[in-house]
Amino acid sequence: MSVVAAPRRTQLWVWLLLTPTVVVYGVYTVYPIVASYWYSLVEWNGFEATKTFVGLRNYQEVFGDHLFWNAFWITVLFVVVVVPAKVVLTLLLAILLNSPKLPFATFFRTAFFLPVVTTTAIVGVVMQFVFDPASGPINQLLVKIGLLDQGVNFLGDSSAALWTVAGVYVWKWFGITMIYWLAALQTVPEEVYEAARIDGAGAWQLLRRITLPLLKPFAVIIALLSIESALKIFDLMQTMTGGGPFYSTEVMEIYIYRWAFTATIPQLGYASAAAVLFGMFVCVVGLLQLLGVRAVQRARVER
Amino acid sequence: MTATTTAPRPTTEQARPRRNRRSGSWLLRRLPWWIVTLVLLGGVLLWIYPFLWMVSASLKDPLEIFGSGLNLLPDTLLWENYTRAWVDADFSRYMWNTVVVTVVTVALVVIRCAMAGYAIGRYDFAGRKVVVVVLVATLFVPTGYTIIPVVEISQQLGLLNSLTGVILALTGGGHVAMILLYWGYFRQIPKELEESAVVDGAGFFTIFFRIMLPLAMPVTATATLLTFLSTWNAFFLPLVFTFSRPDLRTLSVGMQAFVGENTTDWSGMAAAATLSLLPVVILFVVLQRHFVKGLAGAIKQ
Repeated sequence: MSVVAAPRRTQLWVWLLLTPTVVVYGVYTVYPIVASYWYSLVEWNGFEATKTFVGLRNYQEVFGDHLFWNAFWITVLFVVVVVPAKVVLTLLLAILLNSPKLPFATFFRTAFFLPVVTTTAIVGVVMQFVFDPASGPINQLLVKIGLLDQGVNFLGDSSAALWTVAGVYVWKWFGITMIYWLAALQTVPEEVYEAARIDGAGAWQLLRRITLPLLKPFAVIIALLSIESALKIFDLMQTMTGGGPFYSTEVMEIYIYRWAFTATIPQLGYASAAAVLFGMFVCVVGLLQLLGVRAVQRARVER
Repeated sequence: MTATTTAPRPTTEQARPRRNRRSGSWLLRRLPWWIVTLVLLGGVLLWIYPFLWMVSASLKDPLEIFGSGLNLLPDTLLWENYTRAWVDADFSRYMWNTVVVTVVTVALVVIRCAMAGYAIGRYDFAGRKVVVVVLVATLFVPTGYTIIPVVEISQQLGLLNSLTGVILALTGGGHVAMILLYWGYFRQIPKELEESAVVDGAGFFTIFFRIMLPLAMPVTATATLLTFLSTWNAFFLPLVFTFSRPDLRTLSVGMQAFVGENTTDWSGMAAAATLSLLPVVILFVVLQRHFVKGLAGAIKQ
């Protein structure tokens, strides 16, 4: 393409442009990634600077901690529940909103997008009140219409808390996925629909034979983005449940946060080992999906 | 281009699903749009009700919230809830901190990503491959993974309990997607443009700042909005950076602490939440079309 081999003097300018990124990104992202590996091999309580090398002991302990596996599986479960719900429902909504026959489409779009721009941590706090067992509007409504005799402790009950947060998460991030789908739908040229209509295709046929196949590459990207962000849930969970009750909503990021910052004696080495394992997991998931994106793109070219 | 991939296969489409078409399309075609509209209106209510409830609670007496939680209209409007949140609970300070952090971070991130995207997108230079590989490899790094060394290094630099520390850490994390956006955009600008500028005597930086950067306005708008959202809403990092300095909290962290310290002050909580969300919501309503367009543009790339 238009990437040109730069002469020597220009190379200097190029590196000058890169300097800010190299410096801040290097210090705050690349170095920490590398340093985490080192930290994960030491025992270090965070109050003192002394770090004692302990080899792989932290990893051994992390692997042996059932709460680590608890956090891992809760994170996976959360992703498995939240991503399909969000991705599929928003696709349906986007198809409806994309139709010129639907009145008030802009209004709907704005309303569904509203929670996306609001601060997650603040939404989390507000939701604590919305779901309050005694006086929260959700429980009051359920009692008033006779579905319940008394309020349910949506966030204080360990069997309900994760699902409540999952519901709020889908609610919160619904709009952004919807916008992604709408953008994808707009890439389908109108002529394709017209040609198919002339061939006698009905609305269902158009959807199944044209819209959905053409959306496939976008589906992979949208799923990738959704999975990656759901894996990293912290703000909402921390402000709604703080990982409780009884660790029933303790996702990976909260597990790391707990050991590194809120434990009575912080265990930074131990937390780093958990962080490294979690980081690797996120990267592997991302990598697999990127390979998936490439496979889809290649299949598309061949077709 | 996509037209050619699907259009020339009409034979299979006509031949096969006759039966299928009748039942499926019947449902969709006869489905009256006003039913859809009503269902969607129900959805919208679900989507905006928590906000309405919050605003109404912010004007109520705590007892009234407790007694008539579903009623959206307060008996009397209690504006002093807002005074309490703004003055006593220090939300004026949190707002200021958030504005400072957001404005500076967005400016720094956008300019550094534009410069990096331009360098990588248009020039082949020694070390380009390394830069690209590192960027792509770190695309999905979770905050929890880097937070411990970030805190450690900030402490060593004496930046842990300061807004500068928060800003630098937020500037240095993530944002790879932004570089990729600029990269893609700059790559497709024709080379002739630069060549003619060189003939006219423009130097490297003149070309970048006077020609390329203004050309990339659409990307800059998207990058600004995305960074603005993520910075204004940032929680993990400001939380960890301000453990021992409550006066440096941002809105999202202050809100969390507010609930912890004032467990019973529901009206104050609602007022604080309303105050915290108001600026972004107003901004969003005003710039709504750009928000949507910017995000849509990001996915299309």
